[in-house]
Amino acid sequence: MKPFRYSRPDSLDHAGQLTSDADARAIAGGTNLIDLMKLQVETPQQLVDINTLSLGEIADAENGGLSIGALATNTATAAHPRVRSDYPVLARAILAGATQQLRNKATTGGNLCQRTRCYYFTNIDQPCNKREPGSGCGAIDGIARLHAVLGTSPHCIATYPGDMAVAMAALDATVQIIGPAGERSVPVRDFHRLPGDTPEKDNVLEAGEVITAVTLPAPVGGKQLYRKVRERSSYAFALVSVAAVVEMDGGRIARADLAFGGLAHKPWHDPRLSELLVGEEPTAALFDKAADLLLEDAQGYGENDFKIPLARRALAATLAEATGAEL
Amino acid sequence: MPITINDTPHELPDDPRVSLLDFLRHHAGLTGTKKGCDHGQCGACTVLVNGMRINSCLSLAVMHDGDSVTTIEGLGTPDAPSALQKAFVEHDGYQCGYCTPGQICSATAMMQEIANGWPSDASDDLEGPIKPSADEIRERMSGNLCRCGAYANIVAAIAEVAAEDAQ
Repeated sequence: MKPFRYSRPDSLDHAGQLTSDADARAIAGGTNLIDLMKLQVETPQQLVDINTLSLGEIADAENGGLSIGALATNTATAAHPRVRSDYPVLARAILAGATQQLRNKATTGGNLCQRTRCYYFTNIDQPCNKREPGSGCGAIDGIARLHAVLGTSPHCIATYPGDMAVAMAALDATVQIIGPAGERSVPVRDFHRLPGDTPEKDNVLEAGEVITAVTLPAPVGGKQLYRKVRERSSYAFALVSVAAVVEMDGGRIARADLAFGGLAHKPWHDPRLSELLVGEEPTAALFDKAADLLLEDAQGYGENDFKIPLARRALAATLAEATGAEL
Repeated sequence: MPITINDTPHELPDDPRVSLLDFLRHHAGLTGTKKGCDHGQCGACTVLVNGMRINSCLSLAVMHDGDSVTTIEGLGTPDAPSALQKAFVEHDGYQCGYCTPGQICSATAMMQEIANGWPSDASDDLEGPIKPSADEIRERMSGNLCRCGAYANIVAAIAEVAAEDAQ
């Protein structure tokens, strides 16, 4: 690990000042950042330990929602009585990720900001435009089993690896951010970026900005499901995952808020799916049409070609379970 | 504030790069905690910090100002082993033994998590009471690898203690 200065801010403003330096990194749980520092993928000059800030609270928000502090651990969030009863898709997504040891340290803000697990990104002997802009993408013609099939660019085909944010995207949660220009709110659906020609930027957070919380909207009825397809039944990243918030009314779909993990550089939310599904009777043919729409621009890179039919089947299975339809 | 390890206070290191794992082994001389992968994948370095299990390899010692750490040495002794330590011996819950301190620290915390009613990915009901079934134990212990493959005996050891706890 490269040497660095270690500091503890005494306020949010102070944290913003310290992290506005391009060579500084905020650290919360550290389960991803410390790993990347050992691999010298991340080599910050300064580590800003934000655990001194009071951002761990999970509390009722306005209009019946729930605010999850940036420093609330994944364990605390998944075990919270209101998350379990009102937002089960979020509890399920968190519990489907990592291990208890990691979830005990991992935080809301850190989980949103975790980096890709692309093998080329985490190996400093390999080319990677995300780690070293302009060095090329090793994955496009290389080992790409975990990689994206939607929203890729010629510069990067990495996936966002997390589960928590996929559920938050389905729930249409909002990231609360404070920075030099004041406070702002960004929907989780817009927080992560597509790689384009700047894959080094994972998300919209600017230098000096700190996530303070994620706000969940008021709970809705119906079924909430998180279906994760992975190589092992525990402790593995998603090949494809589906977060679904689905309500039925008189035999027809009244709500279908869906988000997907493992397919793209961000939790994938396509608003056209909801438009297609709502008002319709749930049938295998309808689910197939939804998959056609979801995957119309999908592109495989050899090793990950399987994700395209897998996403189709995962979507159909999730919608069937949520609506009671036969496949 | 110093860090407390098994009820003994220690001064934190000057170098912020020292992981909690290296601090325990090299600075505090507590070599029961093991370094396997050093990347949070194997769980051999699992210790309890303020009662919660974490991977000590993925944590910096300087970030544990004022924390209370329990390692395998703090759970029991050869003369007075903890219930889990005894059960691992009785069920042969290991072959080489390298992962065992992490397994036992992890299982110790797992008992409390089940008592707290915290669900896992293997729980059918997010809000119902948790039964420490073999499926629950396997899922909750998935952060601890055993390269010798002594899993069947590890599960048996933990299940026995969990059943005693439940009575």
